[in-house]
Amino acid sequence: MKKLINAVDAVEEQMILGLVKSAPDKLRKLECGNVVVRAKKKSDDKVALVSGGGSGHEPAHGGFVGEGMLDCAVAGAVFTSPTPDKIFEGIKAVATEQGVLCIVKNYTGDVLNFEMAIDMAGDEDIKVDHVVVNDDVAVQDSLYTTGRRGVAGTILVHKIAGAKAETGATLEEIKAVAEKVIANVRTMGMAISPCTVPAAGKPGFELADDEIEIGIGIHGEPGTHRDKIASADEIAKTLLDKILADIDYKGREVVVMVNGMGATPLMELYIINNFVQDYLKTAGVKVYDTMVGNYMTSIEMAGFSLTLLRLDDELKELYDAPADTPALKR
Amino acid sequence: MDTKKILAIIEAIAKRIEAEKNFLTELDNEIGDGDHGINLARGFKAVDEKLPTFADKDIGAILKGVGTALVSTVGGASGPLYGTAFMKAGNVCKGKMEITEADFVAALDAAINGVKMRGKAVEGEKTMLDALCPAYKAIKVGIDGGKNLIDALADGVDAAAKGVEYTKTIIATKGRASYLKERSLGHQDPGATSSLYMLQTTLEVLRST
Repeated sequence: MKKLINAVDAVEEQMILGLVKSAPDKLRKLECGNVVVRAKKKSDDKVALVSGGGSGHEPAHGGFVGEGMLDCAVAGAVFTSPTPDKIFEGIKAVATEQGVLCIVKNYTGDVLNFEMAIDMAGDEDIKVDHVVVNDDVAVQDSLYTTGRRGVAGTILVHKIAGAKAETGATLEEIKAVAEKVIANVRTMGMAISPCTVPAAGKPGFELADDEIEIGIGIHGEPGTHRDKIASADEIAKTLLDKILADIDYKGREVVVMVNGMGATPLMELYIINNFVQDYLKTAGVKVYDTMVGNYMTSIEMAGFSLTLLRLDDELKELYDAPADTPALKR
Repeated sequence: MDTKKILAIIEAIAKRIEAEKNFLTELDNEIGDGDHGINLARGFKAVDEKLPTFADKDIGAILKGVGTALVSTVGGASGPLYGTAFMKAGNVCKGKMEITEADFVAALDAAINGVKMRGKAVEGEKTMLDALCPAYKAIKVGIDGGKNLIDALADGVDAAAKGVEYTKTIIATKGRASYLKERSLGHQDPGATSSLYMLQTTLEVLRST
């Protein structure tokens, strides 16, 4: 394992400290652990937003703390949900009289730990609610599975719910708009090379030189199936077709996110975007805005995910609202 | 079973999990995200460090302390699940410096129900419940039929080991392995495996003391 780290057990804390030091006037780390909050607490007339998850997804989620997006991000160990006590500390630190909305990705660990933290906050009379993001179309949504995973689409939930919170909307109203984003956002990802969790020291799966993994999540877990390597356009088409088949995008305006998994050069992401834009045009989907870059990564995995968010007037307005965070500014 | 034995069991479980850390992680690599051993070992290391502070506590408080330590250090799904299990077992043993066979059965039952409630899972979904539920049934049958705890627990360990084997034959419908669908076939569940280790270790300590 070759990594730019100092010690395996210092990875998460040093990463969070480094993030905070990159924006010292805007971010602060709580003493109790790897919890990032805004340097200036939101006023009591607005709802605060809390998210989090395992480390290794940078810039998610700490990079999205700031005006117009999150109030707090709680980082767990690499690819491991943070524990309820740390999430609870985060909730307490940013809670306002209007309450707190937690944005949780649909992974069993994240959901369980956030639910326990929300129980703890409820016991202390903090008004708190949560939404669970499940945008990954690679996974069948049925009663017989844990349901779809929450992946890169989560960033758009941060953006739009964050903008709604800045307007002084109530907890119920913000939850409703977050649910609307969740209902309209779809993602699918793939990998051409795996990633190595520092504490494990070896890759989560192995791929031959001519193999790719389709339908990966964001934790280095194996995907839904393996394929032979194909051209960027063919792979992008496979992912897009699956997304377009899931909900009807025809004639609608969308936000497109071409998300790198960590080790994918921008060169390749742009090659993919070149195809995506043309293909969407042919499919009768209007692109309102495009994001290309690393938003929700899996350490040094090479690969990408595509996300489409179907817009209406409300979502468009909130998407366009200002945001000032280390990883996303508008 | 007195507090001294409980503490010895906890200490032995912590050692066992540390020893099996890499194997559990390898199992998780196959069908999950490859951190089960790492996370659980981190949790039981924290438990081990807390053990001296449990010395004069009752069994309920010890088990609750173990649960709290796991919840606050493990993360992932196994932290809340094992944490809840130990906390629920602790509730049953509240204030007791010694527990009977019937208490042991009731504590295991409470632990399993806690896992079912928190994980919204049932038997047959390729989870730790596939080791714990058959073990519980075998232990209860044994105790109700007049066996002593060691003999009943030995039956329970056998049932749990069969349960772990059974997880190889079923598709995961809960947890991260569920995303693999039929690709999860042929692999044993890491959570069921760590549950088996805990039961085995409990039996070993009871036999040797």
